[in-house]
Amino acid sequence: MSDLQSQHYARSAPWKDVAFEWLTRAFAFLVFSILAAILVSLLAGSQPTLQKYGVSFIWSHDWDPVKEQFGALVPIYGTVLSSLIAMLIGVPVSFGIALFLTELSPRWLKRPLGTAIELLAAIPSIIYGMWGLFVFVPLFQTHLQPLLIDALGDLPLLGALFEGPPLGIGMLTAGLILSVMVIPFIAAVMRDVFELVPPMLKESAYGLGATTWEVVWRVVLPYARVGVIGGVMLGLGRALGETMAVTFVIGNAHRLAASLMAPGNSIASALANEFTEAVGDLYFSALIELGLILFLITTIVLGLSKLLLLRLTRREGTRT
Amino acid sequence: MTPATDAMGAIGPANRLYRARKRINFILLAVSGVALAFGLFWLVWILATLLEEGGNALARATLYYQMTPPPGADGGLANAIAGSLIMVTVATVLGTPVGILAGTYLAEYGRRGWLAGATRFLNDVLLSAPSIVIGLFVYSVYVARVKHFSAWAGAFALALIVIPVIVRTSDDMLKLVPDTLREATMALGCPTWKMILFVTYRAARTGILTGILLAVARISGETAPLLFTALNNQFWSANMNAPMSNLPVVIFQFAMSPYEDWHRLAWGGAALITIAVLVLNILARALFRKTD
Repeated sequence: MSDLQSQHYARSAPWKDVAFEWLTRAFAFLVFSILAAILVSLLAGSQPTLQKYGVSFIWSHDWDPVKEQFGALVPIYGTVLSSLIAMLIGVPVSFGIALFLTELSPRWLKRPLGTAIELLAAIPSIIYGMWGLFVFVPLFQTHLQPLLIDALGDLPLLGALFEGPPLGIGMLTAGLILSVMVIPFIAAVMRDVFELVPPMLKESAYGLGATTWEVVWRVVLPYARVGVIGGVMLGLGRALGETMAVTFVIGNAHRLAASLMAPGNSIASALANEFTEAVGDLYFSALIELGLILFLITTIVLGLSKLLLLRLTRREGTRT
Repeated sequence: MTPATDAMGAIGPANRLYRARKRINFILLAVSGVALAFGLFWLVWILATLLEEGGNALARATLYYQMTPPPGADGGLANAIAGSLIMVTVATVLGTPVGILAGTYLAEYGRRGWLAGATRFLNDVLLSAPSIVIGLFVYSVYVARVKHFSAWAGAFALALIVIPVIVRTSDDMLKLVPDTLREATMALGCPTWKMILFVTYRAARTGILTGILLAVARISGETAPLLFTALNNQFWSANMNAPMSNLPVVIFQFAMSPYEDWHRLAWGGAALITIAVLVLNILARALFRKTD
């Protein structure tokens, strides 16, 4: 009898356990389905342009709301180009920062310096944009751009990239500001993966007489390669989708130009500028399809980044 | 040739190689220091500009109780500040439980089955997904249906940004709770739901709180998702079903305008947001460090 009673007590409410587990599972499923929901809603929203233009939307460079002619080439080009500039500057700088933080910095300085770099990521993107427009653009226009145009504008081939009047705003400015914004993300991942390198490996290299640079370049970097690429992809994903900072400084001109000094447009800034003012189903749908393209590109890049980083941690898990 | 010079000759090139290696090492390490300085330089420059340009605007009391003005008139940002506070609060209240419960599933029940792994992966993608696309999503599923911009839509969009941050941190923090604690609780005959609510949540409390603070910091400055959802409102409004003024969008519009006094207000708002976000970030870090 008492045995039965205690059994009854222990199982007083098994349904609560089941209910709680299903409650949390339902919310996990909700989070799981957000990305799919975004994809479906964007696909549905871009039906009119998908039907009218099909795939040619991607390489058509028309953008004429009055005649209702739309193509995504100019914004895609702007998004990719500004992000590439950001990567060209941001990746080496992040590598330097990660190297300094893991190998050179005195122990007591590591945390404050690391935090300061991470705070760069905390500053909202609209602040970067506003600061870029009011502070950086005028300085860039009067001091740096004329120098660049004079020095590089006359070179064969490369010169085409630096032609044109110094407007201040444009692809190069957007790329520069983006590079500052992605540095904290890339540097943080690089620092973390550098610290995963077993001390034994580094000590062996030092024991053979390698210099600090040789240890980092020949031992740390090859060991952490996958994670470094993951970090770079994470930064790239961030740069591709960045909206406000780019909107302020890219110039918002719907035309293709070879010069990095010329104003252009990116997917995100086209959306930010035109979406609330769009009239007509086709215009709306063209903008939503732009969003769909951006979403697909960033999801692929970020997914790849995540896969690479996962591979690294899994390898770590089996080795230790 | 004496043996001594022979030896010198052998050491010479090796010595030169060693010196060259040392030199390369020194130069590249110096470059890494420059890279760090480059990063810090922008942080200091941006913060200094904000304090210089926004300081004056922040010091004027009218900023806090007057409404956003038409160009040329005197005014403040009271409606924008209130709107931002309301929407950030609503978004946090909506997003936090969802995030914590989903994170609980990942950390406590997710050891088997496909859902946890897949959700963790997609959540990390969502964490860095462009916020403007989230605005677009809320526009097409909510604003386009009810046919007007509203503060609810803005709060929904922000909540969608809160959720991945909180899922990630609560998953990580719950996984840090030692399994021995769980086993001890179970050995006392405690059911799982009670163990999670009263033992693991308490053990991970500060970590989860850190996540919430970081999420609030993240959405306080978000502009892109509010452009197509909450829009903006020149007047005071506490109606969640109508467009609501908010700091980021006001900063965007005022900064893009040609008016001097609007620029001044935009700088004030920018300084205000940045200070709030940085304080929240530092607070979250300090709180988290105490648990280490």
